[in-house]
Amino acid sequence: METFAFYLFSILIVGLFCVTVMSRNILYAMTSLAAGMVLISGLFFLLGADFLGVVQLIVYVGAVMALYAFGMMFFDATGTVKENNTPATTVFLLGGLSAVVLVVIFAAPAIGGNVHALYPTPEGATNPQAVGLVLFTKYLIPFEVAAVMLLVAMIAGIILAGKKMDKSLSRMKDESAVSEKDVK
Amino acid sequence: MESLVYTALFAPLVGSLFAALFGMKPKSLWTGTVTSLLLFVSFVASVLLLQHVMEVGPVHVTLMDWIVAGDMRIPFGFNVDQVTAVMMAVVTLVSTVVHVYSNGYMEHDKGFNRFFSYLSAFVFSMLVLVMSDNFLGLFIGWEGVGVCSWLLIGFWYHKEDVTRDVNPSISPSWAANEAFIMNRIADLGMLVGIFLIYWNVGSLQYDEVFAAVPQMSHTLLVAIGIFLFIGAMGKSAQFPLHTWLADAMEGPTPVSALIHAATMVTAGVYLVIRAHPLYSSIPEVGYFIALLGTFVAIFAASMALVNRDLKRIIAYSTLSQLGYMFAAAGLGAYWVALFHLAAHAFFKALLFLGAGNVMHAMHDELDIFKMGGLKKVMRWTYIYMGVASLALCGIWPLAGFYSKDTILEVAFNEHTYGIWFVLWLTAGLTAFYSFRLVFLTFWSDERYKKYGFHPHEVQKYVLWAMAPLGILAVVFGWWKEEFMEFVTQLLPAYEVSEHTHHMVPILIVVTSAIAIGGIVVAYVLYHKRLRRNPKIEASLPYRVLSNQYYIPILYEKAISKPYAELADIAWKEIDMQVVDATVDGIAKLVEESGDETRKMQTGNLSDYLKWMAAGAIILAVLAIVAVVKS
Amino acid sequence: MIGLGHYLILAALLFSIGLVGVIRRKNLLMLFFATEIMLNAANVAFAAISSYYHDLSGQMFAFFIIAVAASEVAVGLGLLILLYKKYGTLDLDNFTMLKG
Repeated sequence: METFAFYLFSILIVGLFCVTVMSRNILYAMTSLAAGMVLISGLFFLLGADFLGVVQLIVYVGAVMALYAFGMMFFDATGTVKENNTPATTVFLLGGLSAVVLVVIFAAPAIGGNVHALYPTPEGATNPQAVGLVLFTKYLIPFEVAAVMLLVAMIAGIILAGKKMDKSLSRMKDESAVSEKDVK
Repeated sequence: MESLVYTALFAPLVGSLFAALFGMKPKSLWTGTVTSLLLFVSFVASVLLLQHVMEVGPVHVTLMDWIVAGDMRIPFGFNVDQVTAVMMAVVTLVSTVVHVYSNGYMEHDKGFNRFFSYLSAFVFSMLVLVMSDNFLGLFIGWEGVGVCSWLLIGFWYHKEDVTRDVNPSISPSWAANEAFIMNRIADLGMLVGIFLIYWNVGSLQYDEVFAAVPQMSHTLLVAIGIFLFIGAMGKSAQFPLHTWLADAMEGPTPVSALIHAATMVTAGVYLVIRAHPLYSSIPEVGYFIALLGTFVAIFAASMALVNRDLKRIIAYSTLSQLGYMFAAAGLGAYWVALFHLAAHAFFKALLFLGAGNVMHAMHDELDIFKMGGLKKVMRWTYIYMGVASLALCGIWPLAGFYSKDTILEVAFNEHTYGIWFVLWLTAGLTAFYSFRLVFLTFWSDERYKKYGFHPHEVQKYVLWAMAPLGILAVVFGWWKEEFMEFVTQLLPAYEVSEHTHHMVPILIVVTSAIAIGGIVVAYVLYHKRLRRNPKIEASLPYRVLSNQYYIPILYEKAISKPYAELADIAWKEIDMQVVDATVDGIAKLVEESGDETRKMQTGNLSDYLKWMAAGAIILAVLAIVAVVKS
Repeated sequence: MIGLGHYLILAALLFSIGLVGVIRRKNLLMLFFATEIMLNAANVAFAAISSYYHDLSGQMFAFFIIAVAASEVAVGLGLLILLYKKYGTLDLDNFTMLKG
């Protein structure tokens, strides 16, 4: 059962992410990305990391993808993306090489056979409980720092995206026509 | 007593630094005055020290630790014993006189302040040289006087180079470099000697080194003795490193008087005297020193016979007298060498200062053939130079008589009759060329009128400043016994055998006879007018002598030219073709590779990401390789 | 039976897919998507190791990666919006101001 689930999820995830990477349409790409992320949370559940899976669902699928969706309202995302993609040979050479190399590294026999758990999963606790125990004891300071980071990111996002929010984008385009030429 | 030592040592340094502050400024009288006063202070301190050493004994002070590295400990120590006290008194006395004299002599020179700065720096270095209690301190002073000598010979560095026919020394800067480089060659020998000492004794303190002399092997002692003497040969301009001394006359005359007659050039003699425990135990090296000294004595005297240049004649006579000193030191009569050193310092400085007066009067003309009859206008200079020349010739009762006669007695006593004979002959030559100079300058017909000179006597105070030297040139020899008693507290006494003792009156008569004979010949030849015999002047021996045995030309042809060509090859073939080409090649490689890789910098983020991915993959591959290999 | 190696190889493949996206795409938004894929690949690896070694540190790191990814999206999107407002495009080929 587990094997079946793993292969199912894996194939689906790989396929969906390939769509994300290859698709010319942003909406397709985003949708397949979101779907892939949902399936990754499935992998987490398989691994027994229930809490991580839930967080994955909430943060990635819920928040991040929603953010992208909202962000895309600013861009002209309905049509296909016109771009000069890097030549396929380069892409597949580099991508393939990296895949081979990484697989070789991960597939190699693990060097540290006698790895000891630094924070072993507590006996008898459910996963969320265990996570809570470790997160609020050993990882309290990183957790707080992460909280501050998120706050900073929020403020930054608001300020960056919120600038000149009251002005119409189409009109701004005309204004920026001159500078656009400069860029080119 | 300690404060006296420091006063004597550092007063000239203070003066030098003070004058250096105004080095670039136009002349200000007080730099000369202040440095002269400080020198006088140093002189007084030296005399007090001399008295103290006489009554109480040597003074030893340690200023501070200089080099402490592992087992090596070299302090800045100063030792004032009998020899040092004598040297200090001589050096500071002559220096003081020369400083005062220079106030007048350099009066119109643009570099007045600079001159005094150098001159005082020289005195400081010289004092370090004689006062140091170890070989390294001696070496510091040794190099210090070398640098000051270089600065002062090249004092008029702006003069253009001319050919050897016009001026045998080519130019002041050329002469300065020659002196410096010759001394470098010799100093290498000295350094090797010092290294040998340190290597084998483990200390450079005089007392420890000399205490270790009896334990050292004979070969080693000979090696050390020879290497140290090579250093002494350079500084004291012994053959074959002698050419620089005559060329050093390009410097201002007070410099010639102080550095190239009275003090610095005697440093070599001082070194041999200082290292007497070493040289006493290697008599064969001593004998070689004596032979070389004797050779230089007659060699230099022969060149002086025909020279026409006022200062060069005196320079050759200095060389000749240094030869006497080495002869004495080499034969083991160290105190005699020191005695002649001191006496020589007085009368030779006096002679040079007199020559300076003449030069001043003759507007820097040095050719004695263009002078004559100057005694009428320069009475006092004439008297001074006459006295100095008499002292140099060794006429009773002047200083030179006592010192030189003693050297001849030593040579006789050692049964080295060859040395005695040559030195005796040299005494006659000395008398001849000294008085040839005196007669051609001050007597005979007034040839200068033909050349339109208007000579005049120098300032009064300058003449007064020379007085102490004049007096000492006369009376110094009278203290021979006291001097001997004093310095033989440190130096080995020299015993004259019974036989020699009986011979002394005869020796004196014989020596005085040849000296007087030389004077008489000079008188007959030159007292009325300048006699020139074109036949003699065209003859080979005359030309050989007047061209300094063609040695400078030989050096130039045999050493300088090939060396320059070698350097040229090294420059054009090795440096340009190999070293520079390599460096240029690397620069070119970097530049071109930069130029090529510049194309990577497209400004497009996507390209950068590609490079980054490629780099990451390479790193990962390397990691795999490393793991697999291990 | 599914072992740690399976998960790790999956993570490696996902990472490579992300890398292909990063290299291939010129649209900045698509680059962001590709980056998310790469981050997720890392998360999978962390979670797998955490699970198989019974060590919670891996999950902790995964949490922080998620936090970082969220922050990155917030700030990155803000910047993208600014960029789009200024130049009207997100195509990397149009941004070559840093050309050497």
